[in-house]
Amino acid sequence: MIKAVMVMNTQGKPRLAKFFDYLPVEKQQELIRRVFGVLCSRPENVSNFIEAESIFGPDSRLVYNHFATLYFVVVFDSSENELAMLDYIQLLGQQTLERCFKNVCELDIVFNYSKIHTILDEIILGGQVLETRSTEIMRAVEEISKLEAATNAISFIPKSASSWLSR
Amino acid sequence: MGSQGGFYQSKEFLDLVKSIGEARSKAEEDRIVLNEIETLKRRISEPDIPKRKMKEYIIRLVYIEMLGHDASFGYIHAVKMTHDDSLLVKRTGYLAVTLFLNEDHDLIILIVNTIQKDLKSDNYLVVCAALNAVCKLINEETIPAVLPQVMELLAHPKEAVRKKAIMALHRFYQKSPSSVSHLVSNFRKRLCDNDPGVMGATLCPLFELIARDVNSYKDLVISFVSILKQVAERRLSKAYDYHQMPAPFIQIKLLKILALLGSGDKQASENMYTVVGDIFRKCDSSSNIGNAVLYECICCVSSIYPNPKLLESAADVISRFLKSDSHNLKYMGIDALGRLIKISPEIAEQHQLAVIDCLEDPDDTLKRKTFELLYKMTKSTNVEVIVDRMIDYMISINDNHYKTEIASRCVELAEQFAPSNQWFIQTMNRVFEHAGDLVNIKVAHNLMRLIAEGFGEDDDNADTKLRSSAVESYLRILGEPKLPSVFLQVICWVLGEYGTADGMFSASDITGKLCDVAEAYSNDETVKAYATTALMKIYAFEIAAWRKVDMLPECQSLMEELLASHSTDLQQRAYELQAVIGLDAHAVACIMPSDASCEDIEVDRDLSFLNDYIQEAIEKGAQPYIPESERSGMLNISNFRNQDHHEASSHGLRFEAYELPKPAVQSRIPQTLIASTEIVPVPEPMYPRESYQTTMPSIPSDAGSAELKLRLEGVQKKWGRSTYTPATSTSNSTSQKTVNGTSQGDGASTVSSMRETYDSRKPQVEVSHEKQKLAASLFGGSSKTEKRPATGHKAAKASSHVVEKSHVPKSSMEVASEKAAPAQQPPDLLDLGEPTATSTALQLDPFKQLEGLLDATEVASAVNGAPAASRSPDIMALYADTAAGIHNKNDADLLSGLSNPSVTNMPGTTAMPQVTQSSSKGPNPKDSLEKDALVRQMGVNPSSQNPNLFKDLLG
Repeated sequence: MIKAVMVMNTQGKPRLAKFFDYLPVEKQQELIRRVFGVLCSRPENVSNFIEAESIFGPDSRLVYNHFATLYFVVVFDSSENELAMLDYIQLLGQQTLERCFKNVCELDIVFNYSKIHTILDEIILGGQVLETRSTEIMRAVEEISKLEAATNAISFIPKSASSWLSR
Repeated sequence: MGSQGGFYQSKEFLDLVKSIGEARSKAEEDRIVLNEIETLKRRISEPDIPKRKMKEYIIRLVYIEMLGHDASFGYIHAVKMTHDDSLLVKRTGYLAVTLFLNEDHDLIILIVNTIQKDLKSDNYLVVCAALNAVCKLINEETIPAVLPQVMELLAHPKEAVRKKAIMALHRFYQKSPSSVSHLVSNFRKRLCDNDPGVMGATLCPLFELIARDVNSYKDLVISFVSILKQVAERRLSKAYDYHQMPAPFIQIKLLKILALLGSGDKQASENMYTVVGDIFRKCDSSSNIGNAVLYECICCVSSIYPNPKLLESAADVISRFLKSDSHNLKYMGIDALGRLIKISPEIAEQHQLAVIDCLEDPDDTLKRKTFELLYKMTKSTNVEVIVDRMIDYMISINDNHYKTEIASRCVELAEQFAPSNQWFIQTMNRVFEHAGDLVNIKVAHNLMRLIAEGFGEDDDNADTKLRSSAVESYLRILGEPKLPSVFLQVICWVLGEYGTADGMFSASDITGKLCDVAEAYSNDETVKAYATTALMKIYAFEIAAWRKVDMLPECQSLMEELLASHSTDLQQRAYELQAVIGLDAHAVACIMPSDASCEDIEVDRDLSFLNDYIQEAIEKGAQPYIPESERSGMLNISNFRNQDHHEASSHGLRFEAYELPKPAVQSRIPQTLIASTEIVPVPEPMYPRESYQTTMPSIPSDAGSAELKLRLEGVQKKWGRSTYTPATSTSNSTSQKTVNGTSQGDGASTVSSMRETYDSRKPQVEVSHEKQKLAASLFGGSSKTEKRPATGHKAAKASSHVVEKSHVPKSSMEVASEKAAPAQQPPDLLDLGEPTATSTALQLDPFKQLEGLLDATEVASAVNGAPAASRSPDIMALYADTAAGIHNKNDADLLSGLSNPSVTNMPGTTAMPQVTQSSSKGPNPKDSLEKDALVRQMGVNPSSQNPNLFKDLLG
């Protein structure tokens, strides 16, 4: 079972945090901080795995991957496969987000907070990976956005805003 | 930049994010966020906010909470949003509540109704949103409210909904298996779903169900194998391909399930060989996901009934992993090696170089994994190298959690495979010095016991040398600043017991050091207590040797301080010390015989030596004892009835209670069990034992006042105990004779003894001698043969006999059950014939103890119940109270005695006059020869000096 998914930037600012078992806010913050502490002490060119028992309690492992300025972190227990988890991150981080945003950058995740959550909900439900086809994920997300757009006439973000966002 | 439809955010939010992103410090960020919270608080409670605005506020709240600030003021608004008709608003509401609330939050009750309604919605997106919320927000109590709807959704036309419904049901099962236990068959049904995605989702709950109960799912082996075959043969649609692999995630899940189902089941495993072999061949090892599947195949192969061909393929893959440049693959390779090594130990040899490389790798994760592998492959031939390496690594890391783990592993390996005493003590010293406070206290007690008992090298001389070297090393180590408390306790104990034994150091040297310790660690009461007792021992030995005792001035001031201490324990120890110093040599030699820490202290838990006294008292018209379990009922009744009815009623009740299984007694057992495994009270154990001994003589005389008088009287009266003992122990010994006999017979075959811990590794051929010694020390030399069975009976019966005396043989039954009991640590197939862990022996005890406890109480009740008359229950209640309490406390104390030899020793020496045998405690030559043979048999050559790393590690 997957225990948590986190996205944080290389300065340790959380960009997305989803815990599949409830944790109070303070605890979440502490975990994020400690994970970042471990991540930034890792040297270059080492494995993407960390034994996270000291942070998340018994039977927990952590897999992370680094894209541009973001760390994608997944915490899970022994019923999952580390290498496969790495691919889930790949799936979420590279394939799906790339398709959504084309050249995904840190701010895309912040500004599209609810959309990222929607994507994540499509992939993982209740701590189990539900969907691994990125086309399928995209289709579901687009369907949702279309429906939502149909029920609300909403103006889009002005172009000017997106120009500084993509810096 | 995403700007599609519903995921729009306003300029304000962008500004907020931007300013937080640009914040230079945490303080600045906090200020911005607090500002934002103020704004939101104000705005969110305004009337008539447009939905779109409201949605944005909520998203901002979620964001704020993710940054670690409290957004609870907005929770209720998020809940309100879930009630909205608009999908956009509703989804946002659900998202927010799943992130904000936990399943036990008060607001959940407001959402359940909405969820129920939404689960029935025509719009499948609404249903999906509700199912998402169900997974997160429904707890055990609310499951029934949504369960019917979720069950209906299992047959929903949309596959996305079916998948989510399965997950919701799985979640229910995780939260409360009983509430959906009648519905788990639905998972089996969904396995045949037309949609592979739904089938894949079903594998998650099935995996968990199978992990909990393998046998009920053996019938599915064929189905799983055929699914896996179809997947591997690319029968699924192209959409499931990932990096040119056919549905790899489903393959992984299936392999995991097969590993569970095939474990230890030859027939089931045979069905899997072909398909697993196929996957080994077909898998593309160039992609990450391909390797993930290969790794899972190895896991499966190492779990199911072994097949040589598959093992070969697995070994090939492992060597590919280990040779790879990728750290990820090396990590997986080491992990896989650790799994496979259990089945084919020889595989490690091919990879020794790779393993050593991983040990030197800068990647900490890989290093740890490698240590785990080494731990798994430790045997007596390589233990020195491995433990050395582990300790070096332990010293180098800061992570306390991992330090603890690796320290306990070092201890475990050292205890299991130690080639020599010297090495063991040195290793323990290193572990304690660097991770002292992280080590389980039991380890310290084991070390003390080892030093006291020695493992009997060639002669007593070796033990003496061992102790001297321990004393010497401890005196040296005491120079170091800041030693861990546990280690100091060991040091104090050893110095007290053996500091002056070999005459190398004078009493003033040792006492000076001990005073320094007590002073330097003045806020650690346990250490101070140990130091005080050590001081007492040193002085007692001096007095007993007719030497003049001069108390050092610092020692005197320490005593003065302790006499006025707030800790009663310390105070008592100080007073005892004072009292001992005032005695003459003969008395001191009796109280504190030198080097007698290994003598066993027999505790007569039935208080049977009081039988005569009781008989006498009853004849004079005293009340007989009524066990607590019977008493409580009687008291209730007697409160209601008057004196006239009383006698009849109590009589009847007592009679009936004999048939009852004594619930009160049983209910106490778990408590003692806990005590046995967990609690190792360090300073406390003095009390129960003390009160036990002191209470005894006074009970029958006047139960009421006994409790008040405890401490004052005990000091004198406890001396009388031994005179009572013989009479009773012979009385109930006969029935146990046979047990004793068998255990002796069994003991002769050394296999069982080898499986024991160090301490019990004492060959059991020795048993009779040990017993004689024990008997002699307990009952005096006069009637040896007669009393021997009595001790044996005690040993066989007493719950914690291992605790009390580790030399006592275990009966064959016990050894058998120990073998049968699931071993706690991974079985070491490399050295199959060699000893198992210390912990197994410990773990077994509670059961034994349980038997013993019941037995003991039965005897007690029988003895006490025999006299027929019963009168006013009040006094009896008091008496029974104390007696019951004694049983209880006594158990706990005995248990603590196991892990805490010093405790067993200290009260014993202060209070138990029986322990008079002083000099010949070391193991005798026969014992030592046996031990030596064992060591050699294990293939240890203690003199070999770390010749070749590889050879040691892997040869």
